[in-house]
Amino acid sequence: MRAACAARTPLVIRGGGSKDFYGNPCKGEPLDVTSCRGVVSYDPSELVITVAAGTPLMEVEQTLAAAHQYLAFEPPVHNEHATIGGAIATGLSGPRRPWTGPARDFVLGVDCINGRGERLKFGGQVIKNVAGYDVSRLLTGSLGTLGVILDVSLKVLPQAETEISLIADMPLDRARKFIQDWSGRPVPISGACYYQGNLRIRLSGYESAVMHTATVMGLTPEENTSFWQQLRHQSLDLFTTGGPLWRISLPVTATAPEDFQLMDWGGALYWSKTDMPAERLRDRVKSLGGHATLYRDNGLNVPRFQPLDNGLLALHQRLKAALDPSGILNRGRMYSEF
Amino acid sequence: MPDAMKTLIEQLSQLLPADCIITDEESLRPYECDGLSAYRQLPGCVLLPETLAQVQEIMRLCHQHGVPVVARGGGTGLSGGALPLAEGVLLSLTKFNRILHIDPVQRLARVEPGVRNLAVSEAVAGYGLFYAPDPSSQIACTIGGNVAENSGGVHCLKYGLTVHNVMAVKLVTVEGEVLELGSEALDSPGLDLMALITGSEGMLGIVMEVTLKLLPLPSGEQVMLVAFDTIEDAGNAVTRVIAEGIIPAGLEMMDNACVRAVEEFVHAGYPLDAAAILICELDGIDEEITAQRDRMVELMRACHAADVRIATSPEEGRRFWAGRKAAFPAVGRIATDYYCMDGTIPKKHLAGVLSRIAELSKEYGLAVVNVFHAGDGNLHPLILYDISHPGELERAEELGGRILEHCVEVGGTITGEHGVGVEKINQMCIQFSDAERQQFHAIKHAFDAKTLLNPGKAVPTLKRCAEFGAMHVHRGEMKFPDLERF
Repeated sequence: MRAACAARTPLVIRGGGSKDFYGNPCKGEPLDVTSCRGVVSYDPSELVITVAAGTPLMEVEQTLAAAHQYLAFEPPVHNEHATIGGAIATGLSGPRRPWTGPARDFVLGVDCINGRGERLKFGGQVIKNVAGYDVSRLLTGSLGTLGVILDVSLKVLPQAETEISLIADMPLDRARKFIQDWSGRPVPISGACYYQGNLRIRLSGYESAVMHTATVMGLTPEENTSFWQQLRHQSLDLFTTGGPLWRISLPVTATAPEDFQLMDWGGALYWSKTDMPAERLRDRVKSLGGHATLYRDNGLNVPRFQPLDNGLLALHQRLKAALDPSGILNRGRMYSEF
Repeated sequence: MPDAMKTLIEQLSQLLPADCIITDEESLRPYECDGLSAYRQLPGCVLLPETLAQVQEIMRLCHQHGVPVVARGGGTGLSGGALPLAEGVLLSLTKFNRILHIDPVQRLARVEPGVRNLAVSEAVAGYGLFYAPDPSSQIACTIGGNVAENSGGVHCLKYGLTVHNVMAVKLVTVEGEVLELGSEALDSPGLDLMALITGSEGMLGIVMEVTLKLLPLPSGEQVMLVAFDTIEDAGNAVTRVIAEGIIPAGLEMMDNACVRAVEEFVHAGYPLDAAAILICELDGIDEEITAQRDRMVELMRACHAADVRIATSPEEGRRFWAGRKAAFPAVGRIATDYYCMDGTIPKKHLAGVLSRIAELSKEYGLAVVNVFHAGDGNLHPLILYDISHPGELERAEELGGRILEHCVEVGGTITGEHGVGVEKINQMCIQFSDAERQQFHAIKHAFDAKTLLNPGKAVPTLKRCAEFGAMHVHRGEMKFPDLERF
């Protein structure tokens, strides 16, 4: 990396490649990190695991499951090659996100290499730590543009005693209202989505609390709970069939997009195959307080992420220069300007 | 008064009402320190702006004249983060004390930075909601300060720190521009600047508006008090609870010295012969509480608890908590002065670290009382001293420094929730390498190229660390020779 920095050779950081489709295409010498592999330390009673970035997500999850714990941000695992480093670099979080928090909430520390080729550690392996700027959470979701993650320490949570899925056939506005009403009460909701005319609610927690809530909610329990796995891992038809796929993030009270296939995150996230022109879609979503990402491209040639305002973009460029002054890391993957 | 400051004040007096500018010594005095009163410095002037436009103009002028700015909220910080600079402006944000908007459906509150932490939970309680981070200074500390310090509290094991409960901020930059970071949606395009701003100790910008996440109030709670004959048993019990998959809303520990001090003060009914006690709070809906409580009782007995008391009424629960909440003032009664530390360690080292603290306490001849957020390993050893005894404050600070260094040694950190400020700036040299600290400086530079925002705090210069290192060698005991420091 020091050589690449000196020669200003662009590098493309690569783990399992399962999320190659995400972000703008970028060119450069591949930097394969899959050889950094394995659990560095794991003590279930600390609720903390430290794991090398190239470790397959499936392996991490198996290790945690053996101690009845799990990654509460539910990163999508697109295939067996998906790595924990990729999950953190993209910062993608699954259906539980509105209730337990996104990937970055669980990041406690990183060991990384910045664009100068310096090996740096930020954060640590404890849950409370306010020494220095929170660089480890800044790296989360930065798509490899600021540094190469070598290993990451994550807060993990105990698995719920019981988990059930409830389903009801109802119109969208009633489903949204139902979710909003229940989200304001202290009940163990761990997922709420709307797909093909059905509202689904997932409950996780102590058996007595889950069963009590299910009874009061009055929806129908669903025998087969595999839907939530498909939703989390993005293996529903919507994600795998052709056409551009938009990921639209909105405040839960904003008007729903006219044309969408799936609502997740209790109404804060929509997946859409709309053919509305990108600029119009983005203007509209922005006016509602959200943003739109072209998640899977499939031939539509527009920038993947919602453009930033000038002041924010300039700050991004200065931060990029602070961590990667030669601009060698995943250049353009997030925005063409850096 | 330096010329730059004189010109600045002249220009500011065109802009701000006269009572928003303080320059006379008597009125500057209350601003000379924050909660860390061992460090005092009169600021060049204090400004109390009333509008966002005024703050922007103040920042523009300070930037133009190269005058440093220290932002201040409630002034309750414990690390000297709001310690003024003689040649600088102290920017007090206490007039920005309005709750701008409460949205019970989205469960958000948009507030100004001078709103007190507890005022938020009070304002939203009618909707069945609360704001989770609850630092012990919550009646006085402000949301702006909470964002600056990434404040925690007794409930953050379950509900997270400030960084987990803040959705968006309106930031005024050092040049006086407004940036909107984060949003009411659950994510935003670009880098996670909210993570960077939270806990940045006023070094990157001035927070002028904060959107807070609110949570549904649990419908019930159950408080327990558990006594142990040895510190080791208490430490093991904490570890076991977490390993068994229980995440209590609060899990606090006090050692015998602390138990005695608080019992004498508030008469909470604590067992005076216990080596350590745990206060545990479980919350949720009734079914959840019952399930957790039964498992807790079983676990505590298995961990050799000498006594397990379950509060039978909300009053009794409040009494169990009263002692913990009064721990600092109670210690204030038995000692002339105390110095509060804030290290965090992996929980498995609790017993070991406590015995190391006891050794150090003996070595320095200063008593240490221990109270801490056991669930997340955040220790608050209180070092007792008397400032009127020459040299005792310095000894207390040195002892504190050694406790923090020991926290780093076992894999922890020098500050869990109070921030670095000026207090722990030397220990930053031990926790971070030169390259890491340089990276912090480069990040600051991206926001504040002239180093005008709260300069000298949070991240030490290379020179300061070199001097600190030399001091350690001078005492004839270079610590952690394996750590890179130069």
